[in-house]
Amino acid sequence: MLRFEMVGLRYDRAGYTPPARGRRSAADRRSGESRPPGRRQPLPEVLHDISFQLDPGAFRWLLGPSGAGKSSMLRLMYLAVRPTRGRLNLLGTEVTTAPRTALPGLRRRIGVVFQDFRLLQHLSAFDNVALPLRLAGRPEGQIKADVTELMRWVGLSRYLDLPPAMLSGGEQQRVAIARAVITRPALLLADEPTGNLDDAQAERLMQLFKELNRIGTTVIVATHNEQLVARHPAPALRLSEGRLVRVDRDA
Amino acid sequence: MISLRPSGFDELGLRRALSDRVLPLLVAAMTFLAALALGGWFGIASLSQHWRTGAGSALTVQVPDAQASAAGLPGTRLAAVLSLLTGTPGVASAKALAQDELAALLRPWLGSAGGHLSVPIPAVIAVRLNEETLDVTPLARRLASAAPGTLVEDHAIWIRRLALLTRSLQACAGLALIVVAAVAAAVVAVATRAGLIRRREAIEIVHGLGATDSYIAGRFAARATWLATMGGVGGSVIALPLLLVLANLAAPFSGRPVEPGDMRDALETLPPGLWFALPCLPAIAAAIGFVTAHGTVRRWLRRLP
Repeated sequence: MLRFEMVGLRYDRAGYTPPARGRRSAADRRSGESRPPGRRQPLPEVLHDISFQLDPGAFRWLLGPSGAGKSSMLRLMYLAVRPTRGRLNLLGTEVTTAPRTALPGLRRRIGVVFQDFRLLQHLSAFDNVALPLRLAGRPEGQIKADVTELMRWVGLSRYLDLPPAMLSGGEQQRVAIARAVITRPALLLADEPTGNLDDAQAERLMQLFKELNRIGTTVIVATHNEQLVARHPAPALRLSEGRLVRVDRDA
Repeated sequence: MISLRPSGFDELGLRRALSDRVLPLLVAAMTFLAALALGGWFGIASLSQHWRTGAGSALTVQVPDAQASAAGLPGTRLAAVLSLLTGTPGVASAKALAQDELAALLRPWLGSAGGHLSVPIPAVIAVRLNEETLDVTPLARRLASAAPGTLVEDHAIWIRRLALLTRSLQACAGLALIVVAAVAAAVVAVATRAGLIRRREAIEIVHGLGATDSYIAGRFAARATWLATMGGVGGSVIALPLLLVLANLAAPFSGRPVEPGDMRDALETLPPGLWFALPCLPAIAAAIGFVTAHGTVRRWLRRLP
């Protein structure tokens, strides 16, 4: 389902893929960023020897201080980067060796709530939430019904046609959450999802995550919010300085 | 609002990233140049075709003092030359021009009195050859011995020179077409790259949501194809009147009557091939737009994991 084996991650300067062993990637060469002399050595590794395994339907907090590598862990799990070393298996696909063409289909089974939302500013809230369904080629009638229903659930049915810039931070976050769960993903990742929400909204969001988890979605939530963790006790993965220092098992 | 109209769904914001101003304008300019090059190509082709069939396999033989009796042969000098010509392999026909045909030939220079001049006029024999490559020098020598003073005018040399010239001009037109197509592809590639950079964040988001490379490249290619088609249509339409004017100017050289002012005649002066090639230009522009944008985006996307 989700298996890390001695995974290490080192970013290249473009920030996407770790350089292939022994040579720079073609994309890297073309990016044309001239490297200042004396800075040719590779960037330091940000994650070291990460090993753990999650069964389908698990719920985990991802904890650790800022800079511990939480975001990099999530980036590995939503396929924004591939491991520099080790083996990573996501939803049955061996990410380390899979051809590039196998990744888009995998990404569609993973929902992500970004800390900075990453909404498309030139689209309406409705179109932002509908985007994953349209990429998956669902029929437009079903899209309209599903999106309208979910937007009502997150309390945004009055704002369907507004662009994100006209919504408050909390409202944008709810649009981002709706976009992440609209496809009922097998794996749901969230990076500080309650950062812009008041306590009542945060509780509501946790109920949504638990509901999705109950029907089989694997949920991983990265947060600093210890109060939230205390109110919703669950197993945790704790990172410190790029290493996994605590791996709770399911109760 | 576009929210419920997925046909106009523009998730990458390409309507602004690939604007409908610069690219169509540049493609229109390229198409205009391509249309002129095509016009040159077909114009040269039809002129050279006309000249070749008109005079390509022909000789003109002038026999002075035609009615005098030939030396050592029965009959007139004209008859002697004619019988020699018809007996020569490679000659399809040899026909002496009648008096009024000669008069018609001379009229532009001598006026209507051409037929009644007291100056002796040689008989003119129009000879058609089976093959263009017949070497006329020995023939000319035999004719001159039968009827001294006989002149053989070989058009083939001029036709060969003309053919070389027209082939070179056509090669230039073809080269111009290739260069124009390459520049058009470069223009599309630059515009696409600018669009990629402008929409980098949106592309990364859509990529992260599971869009395939071909999906994203397809969105760019669809936009570029549309813009290139607009430019192609515009450029062809603008080039058409200019081509008509040029075709009218060239009409006398193709033996067509010059009747300025009549639009239908003007349209008919365009070489038929051009009527087929001109509508192809927007299609070619569209194809260049599609292929270039698709390739450019796909290559760029390879930097994403």
